[in-house]
Amino acid sequence: MGIVKAKDLTFEYIRRDEEGNVEGITTAVDHVNMDIQPGEFIAILGHNGSGKSTFAKHINALLFPTEGTILVDGLDTSDEDNVMDVRQRAGMVFQNPDNQIICTLVEEEVGFGPENIGVPTEEIWERVAASLKAVGMYQYRKASPNKLSGGQKQRVAIAGIVAMKPKCIILDEPTAMLDPHGRADVMRVLHELNRKEGVTVILITHYMEEVIDADRVFVMDEGKVVMEGTPRQIFSRVEELKQLRLDVPQVTELAYELSRSGVPIRSGILTNQELIDELMKLK
Amino acid sequence: MLRDITIGQYYQTDSVIHRLDPRVKLMGTLIFIITLFLGKSVWLYLGVTVFLAAVIKLSKVPVKFIVKGLKAVVILILFSVIFNLFLTEGTPVFHIWKLTVTKEGIYLAAFMMVRLIFLIMGSSLMTLTTTPTHLTDGLEKGLGFLKVFHVPVHEIAMMMSIALRFIPILIEETDKIMKAQMARGADFESGNLMKRAKAMIPILVPLFISAFRRANELAMAMEARCYHGSEGRTKMKPLRYGKNDKIAYLVLAGYLIVMIGINTALGGRVI
Amino acid sequence: MSIIVDNISYTYEIGTGFEKQALKNVKCVINDGDFIGLIGHTGSGKSTFIQHLNGLVKATSGTIYFNGMDIYDKDFDMKMLRSKVGLVFQYPEHQLFETDIFKDVCFGPKNLGLPKMEVELRAFEALRLVGLDENLYYQSPFDLSGGQKRRVAIAGVLAMRPDVLILDEPTAGLDPKGRDEILDSIKDLKEKTGITVILVSHSMEDVAKYVNRIMVMNDGVLMYDDTPKHIFAGYRELEQIGLAAPQVTYIMNDLKNAGFAVDVNAITVEEARQSILKNLQGIHGKA
Repeated sequence: MGIVKAKDLTFEYIRRDEEGNVEGITTAVDHVNMDIQPGEFIAILGHNGSGKSTFAKHINALLFPTEGTILVDGLDTSDEDNVMDVRQRAGMVFQNPDNQIICTLVEEEVGFGPENIGVPTEEIWERVAASLKAVGMYQYRKASPNKLSGGQKQRVAIAGIVAMKPKCIILDEPTAMLDPHGRADVMRVLHELNRKEGVTVILITHYMEEVIDADRVFVMDEGKVVMEGTPRQIFSRVEELKQLRLDVPQVTELAYELSRSGVPIRSGILTNQELIDELMKLK
Repeated sequence: MLRDITIGQYYQTDSVIHRLDPRVKLMGTLIFIITLFLGKSVWLYLGVTVFLAAVIKLSKVPVKFIVKGLKAVVILILFSVIFNLFLTEGTPVFHIWKLTVTKEGIYLAAFMMVRLIFLIMGSSLMTLTTTPTHLTDGLEKGLGFLKVFHVPVHEIAMMMSIALRFIPILIEETDKIMKAQMARGADFESGNLMKRAKAMIPILVPLFISAFRRANELAMAMEARCYHGSEGRTKMKPLRYGKNDKIAYLVLAGYLIVMIGINTALGGRVI
Repeated sequence: MSIIVDNISYTYEIGTGFEKQALKNVKCVINDGDFIGLIGHTGSGKSTFIQHLNGLVKATSGTIYFNGMDIYDKDFDMKMLRSKVGLVFQYPEHQLFETDIFKDVCFGPKNLGLPKMEVELRAFEALRLVGLDENLYYQSPFDLSGGQKRRVAIAGVLAMRPDVLILDEPTAGLDPKGRDEILDSIKDLKEKTGITVILVSHSMEDVAKYVNRIMVMNDGVLMYDDTPKHIFAGYRELEQIGLAAPQVTYIMNDLKNAGFAVDVNAITVEEARQSILKNLQGIHGKA
């Protein structure tokens, strides 16, 4: 059974002008179907305003579908009784590292989630230690979050979710405000969690480098899923990606440009080695 | 100026006082304030001084650090001294210009000064030895009985601790916005009061917008992590009284009894 | 007409016990018309450095000459400097405060004490330069998209008609579309007005695509100051200080190691494509 199962998920909201009169209806998410299996590493790509963040908030029961359904670990999020269970099973990390840290000490921050779901004190400490070790932030447990770098703050935020023992973590552009080092650290931690703990990861991003190692990629535009497949399948469609004004990794772009110039190279090149192998055949 | 205020600051070190339960420290501060206002006897104040000195010694917070906190309120102290000195009626001692200084005035001014200084030293000692989180925990649990009267104690404590976390962030943000507006030629230093007040708009508007945005995002992040008030919530660091806390309560009770005893025995005499 | 940075150093919080030297003996000349990329990892002193250039932060030692004048002279006109050296901070949309976009852009020139006509003229010109749709001019800045807000904020600085425009990570947090729009409008602006631009960035790909000179900062020191080709040719040195070259540089080096006689100095996809095509033609020409 899928861990996240969206069926014809639609989310509409009413736009109002300054006087509160209805201006129109915006469909932020438009009949999205997705079936995500436990343990998968999923990437969702798309522009700001493509509906990807709105979709993500449905998985965490922060928003509820206008039409269609979404099941998280078999639980229908629209059922009010399920909300707390859904939020515990599908944790969410947001973009701005500062605006999601609540406590004044790192360890207390990680303990915040477990406290909310009523985990006994002894176990909270065990979970906090284990989650901080999992993201490599254990030595900072007594530090103030204000003294950490952006990447470190995001790792603490991830630990805060991990401590709730979720089956699935959704990350809404977690690296958008980080420098390249912070980004690399966060990505490493996510892949480790996915591999070692078997946690399902749903990563929302617009950085292409972060997509390459995903199991499956969804591309969203104007509220709809417009592309779906493995990274290789997605990056074979350079022309479409460009039309959506999304990036491709430079090596993919170079291979694509070469093939357009008449060099017979297969599509969907993802690494330097693949490009070299292709060019070797021509030598 | 802002840097001089030690009230609300935490001084990191390890001492008996630091390790005490915050509820003990809150109660201690309350008892200290009560004894401070019991009477006007010199003996009473001697007792208070000894108590305060002993606690400061135990807390390992440098006296210099505590005294520095007084700088911020020096004007307030001066005001009170001057008022009491010149405006108290009684036996005249000497005259300055048109003002008369009385014997009673001198006594009162001295007492008010000592009271204010001790009050500030005593209360800053509490915040200097207690982390903000501990303090809010102490308030939440210590005032827990108010829940019976539908006072949202947990929510108030949560608000306090969030405020404490965001104060440094907002100060930094103010600095950033100020610099950004200065880069656009804004001038915050010249002109009359009206002009300066108007010059604050380009700082305050972005600051408020940002504070609201942060509040909005934080609320969502809290909800996403299953926050739903105090119901069914466990504590990572529950407050439990230890041996030292019990001893401290006994010491406090003893201190209060002795001070009340002195005060009654003296029956309102000053010396 | 230039900025001469003469051996400046800057130390934070002197006398508090938390002293930190953010800049160490930085020397350089910024010429008219330069398009400079300033790179370095977080905490390398980039932000502190650019705030010296418009006098927001004063060097602990050393001085800066703007068009031959010492900016630390008592009678130096700081306000003039701030208008001539426009600084766009990170996330500049957070400084917007007026009820409509046009008024917000007027803020800078108004502060310079210009007559109303001139103020409005400059605001129009600046908004046109950043390519914002005219229908939006009288709307609230808070209704715009992230990329649009940022362009309004940049216009707010441009309206002062600076000779030098400094942008601190202008693309941070934007999606690829927003990023391209911002960088393209900066490039456009550069071509139209010949303004000097300093672009602080973490993205080597962006820097390689736009600038003609790169300054590398590390631990408060200006380590390298050279053309992009030279800087990225030394990618191993860059890696040692926690930076990297554009991905293309690595592709070309890998190809060369695999026996292709390609130009390892190619730093954009287009340059790489041409070099590889040339190489392939060479091979097939011989065969």
